Amino acid sequence: MMNGTETETEDGTKRSRSLLRFAAPQVFYPIAGRLAPWFAWLAAGLCVAGLWIGFFVAPTDFQQGEVYRVIFIHVPAAWMSMFIYLIMAFWAAVGLVMNTRLSFMMAQALAPTGAMFCFVSLWTGALWGRPTWGTYWVWDARLTSQLLLLFLYLGFIALTQAIEDSRRSDRAGAIIALVGAVNVPIIYFSVQWWNTLHQGASVSLTRAPSMASTMLVGMLLMALAAWAYTFAVSFWRVRSLILERERHTEWVAAELDEQEARA
Amino acid sequence: MKPRSKRLMLLGSAVALLVAAVALVLSAFQQNLVFFHTPSEVAEGKAPVGRAFRIGGMVEEGSIRREADGLTVRFAITDTAKIIPVSYRGSLPDLFQEGKGAVVQGTLAPDGLFHASEVLAKHDENYMPVEAQYAIDQAHKAAQTVQQ
Repeated sequence: MMNGTETETEDGTKRSRSLLRFAAPQVFYPIAGRLAPWFAWLAAGLCVAGLWIGFFVAPTDFQQGEVYRVIFIHVPAAWMSMFIYLIMAFWAAVGLVMNTRLSFMMAQALAPTGAMFCFVSLWTGALWGRPTWGTYWVWDARLTSQLLLLFLYLGFIALTQAIEDSRRSDRAGAIIALVGAVNVPIIYFSVQWWNTLHQGASVSLTRAPSMASTMLVGMLLMALAAWAYTFAVSFWRVRSLILERERHTEWVAAELDEQEARA
Repeated sequence: MKPRSKRLMLLGSAVALLVAAVALVLSAFQQNLVFFHTPSEVAEGKAPVGRAFRIGGMVEEGSIRREADGLTVRFAITDTAKIIPVSYRGSLPDLFQEGKGAVVQGTLAPDGLFHASEVLAKHDENYMPVEAQYAIDQAHKAAQTVQQ
């Protein structure tokens, strides 16, 4: 097990060898542990700043009044829920091609956070839809595809938890992650491809944002906070997964002894 | 070929096939994925007959009027090309206004009047302070006076 990554890289280039070094669970475990608190503090700071701007600095909207302020939670959560699924699919593909165990563990560590952001986006969307559109829910393409994303997350979690053998559960989960990733561009472009009740994107890479700059700053700060939060919790979660899966190895025994001695 | 490149090839072709399959399914269901029809589509007879459907568009300026019973509202929905008159009994969402987007669900009577059972407001993706909207309105007015 210890020299597993070295045999992997015999045919690789120098660069891939240095990157693959981090794919060894016993190398990544302490790195993740050191990085996670920094990301957690960063997330807390960005979240406070973003919410402050969102709720106290940003002006009232000309059309929706105060209710539009849901946007500061709704949009960052929706973005993150889509992005995390793509990252999961990326790790699943890396795991299938390179046979790296840590990639599958990263995919599993990200899933609960993605599911949470997905639920938050649907929930805040319902609360926003009632006073503005006049309904909590409609079956338009945007809302339906986002609900499908939640089911994909839950399906991924349920399937990987249901299979005892970790190699088989990794592969089964990877297939859901890769197949489900097709849904993400459908969610994103649904408002352009079909008539939907949901409005189009206010912020996109191809044109200037259609919202006032203080509103935009608040929303982007919240989006960065969501990123930092995702890094922090997925690092903590992947550490638990590493310990659980590598519990029969010597380095985990040594690590646990050390942690016990410190406590 | 190295086993790793082989796996990458296999995975790549599997994903490409999947994307192609989904694209075909979506284009086949194009009509069913539409949340509402436009007034022009309704005028062309593309809307379903004999069952409830939705029309989306702008509420025609100056078209909202309340019937004597105080509950029934009459208005017209337009996509600037065609206009569909609508009758609705019930409460309207706050953002329902003349000149703004709306989606109505209901059935089309033979006389061309749309009997709505539900009215939803559709807002756009623009967010700005009240003052900015006021400034824009003033600029529009100024531009119009110059033209006259």
